[in-house]
Amino acid sequence: MAKITLSKVRHSYMPNPSRPEDYALQSIDLEWDDGGAYALLGPSGCGKTTLLNLISGLRTPSEGKILFDDQDVTNLSPDQRNIAQVFQFPVIYDTMNVYDNLAFPLRNRGVEKSVIDQRVREVAEMLEVSDMLKRKAAGLSPDNKQKLSMGRGLVRDDVNVVMFDEPLTVIDPHLKWKLRSKLKELHQSIRHTMIYVTHDQTEALTFADQVVVMDRGQVVQIGTPVELFERPAHTFVGHFIGSPGMNVLPCDVKEGVAMLGDTAIELDGPIDRSRQGKTEIGVRPEFVSLVDEGIEATVRRISDVGRHHVIEAMIGSHPVAAIHKGDIPDLGESIKLSFKASQTRLYVDGWLAMQDSPVNRGETYEN
Amino acid sequence: MKTENQKAWFFVLPVLILVAFNAIIPMMTVVNYSVQETFGDNLFFWEGLTWFEQILNSERFHNALGRQFFFTFMILIIEIPLGIAIALSMPRKGFWVPVCLILMSLPMLIPWNVVGAMWNIFALPDIGLLGYFFNHVLGINYDMTQDPTAAWITIIAMDVWHWTSLVVLLAYAGLVSIPDAYYQAAKIDGASNWSVFRFIQLPKMKNVLTIAILLRFMDSFNIYTEPFVLTGGGPGNSTTFLSIDLVKIALGQFDLGPAAAMSLIYFAITLLVSWLFYTLMNRENLNDYEEVEH
Repeated sequence: MAKITLSKVRHSYMPNPSRPEDYALQSIDLEWDDGGAYALLGPSGCGKTTLLNLISGLRTPSEGKILFDDQDVTNLSPDQRNIAQVFQFPVIYDTMNVYDNLAFPLRNRGVEKSVIDQRVREVAEMLEVSDMLKRKAAGLSPDNKQKLSMGRGLVRDDVNVVMFDEPLTVIDPHLKWKLRSKLKELHQSIRHTMIYVTHDQTEALTFADQVVVMDRGQVVQIGTPVELFERPAHTFVGHFIGSPGMNVLPCDVKEGVAMLGDTAIELDGPIDRSRQGKTEIGVRPEFVSLVDEGIEATVRRISDVGRHHVIEAMIGSHPVAAIHKGDIPDLGESIKLSFKASQTRLYVDGWLAMQDSPVNRGETYEN
Repeated sequence: MKTENQKAWFFVLPVLILVAFNAIIPMMTVVNYSVQETFGDNLFFWEGLTWFEQILNSERFHNALGRQFFFTFMILIIEIPLGIAIALSMPRKGFWVPVCLILMSLPMLIPWNVVGAMWNIFALPDIGLLGYFFNHVLGINYDMTQDPTAAWITIIAMDVWHWTSLVVLLAYAGLVSIPDAYYQAAKIDGASNWSVFRFIQLPKMKNVLTIAILLRFMDSFNIYTEPFVLTGGGPGNSTTFLSIDLVKIALGQFDLGPAAAMSLIYFAITLLVSWLFYTLMNRENLNDYEEVEH
């Protein structure tokens, strides 16, 4: 068990990287507290698996340091780092039975037989595979195989961190939910640090206490699910999290007031006037409502998603989505929209630009 | 609604005709010879199972069969582990992959009797590179036309040279199909190299190795051309395998009846052993999947 610190970690898959584009991971500074449940969320190819492999030691970073507590582990191999990792596709040892699979990491480390037996049975109990211990692993269903891969990570009670690399990809949807709750439950009972990599926002938000959102090799925002939803630090986060994502509308700023065409838009608070660049208003569809007096828009598309409708309208040439319950307008109809002021914010060059917003993290990150 | 008609037979018919002409009919002529005595002028006399009894009781057959099994045993015990070892040490990606694969395929592309001729010349004590090296550089007496041991070693070496590649290519195909995650997981689990081989690579290669063993068994058990060109079954009868002996009986002595009976016995043994290999190696697989949950 340890606190994990990444200090100025960069990684490139090229032998001689020179330009920033050559790096799969731009400079990353991160701290993972002992016992936390983290999710690493981002689109495919954003570098989250690379980051995971750097922490586990399957890859060595091109630059920077990785610390477990105070120990520099940058050049240590995965088994020396004492971590566990669960992969996208279940990895099991086909010829062994379930018991031997679970015992394998302990046997390799020369753990005493009675201790192994006790740990294997405990973990099997936790994962609800106790009745399968004697079965051959090759014949198990995909979800049980994935449980077994997790079990091999959990069986060592001294691991520094357990990492999951999109572990539910091959699992049927109805079992996904079950396994996800199982994971959460496991985290609560054993309190290992867990890092969960996914591109699925639901998985990330339900599993983690803290979500790290990544895009193109950089960390864009770290926060609780609520923070990410209610106060995205970057338009990318607003877009990526939420269904549909945050509306982003180009706007002008005149004397500290955001103007959408000729309409002044009331924002969450005073804006940070020190920043220059492309100005945009961000507001989630949940906070856009149909009113009698407001911004003019034309209905372009309506989708019924069950509990509510998603109305897609055009303000000038820019689309806006609104989540709406109740009577729906007709296609092509002119409607009036209003944005909830406490959830409407200004973004400059993609970054949140309100006076109380924190300093943005990656200076080089541009959208 | 199910319509029944017999049209399907038309689709199967070409295959049936083909199989009849290239397998069943030739085979039945052999069965026909095996129970009769032939003389010139197409005179045939019914002999029943006499030839079968004679072959099964003859010491000559027993010896050839023994040599055959010993040869096949040696081939399998050398080529399978060697093939796996070479496949393991081949690169998995990069420039050298195609180079290795082509180099490995070359021996298999050479016609069998050319292989025999090559090794014959190669092993000649006076002008052959191998023969000269043994006799004149190492000072070891090596002459496969005189010494049965030398003949055996040469034949086995030739077959290993010719056919290990097949095992290599099959094993390699099995190896490259293993996802990286398996190796990474093994690293994290603290597995030794031996464990990685024993619990990941070998199980993943199992299916292709079954095929490799079957093919090498059948080919080596039926081997004819190469030893015939290399040693002609000699010195004496020391490298006379079943197929060489069969040709001697059938074409040399023109004993068609005994030769036919021997062919059938030979065929039955090949079939039986192949079947045994296959069932034994596949039984494990079946066990694995009986336990699949639904």
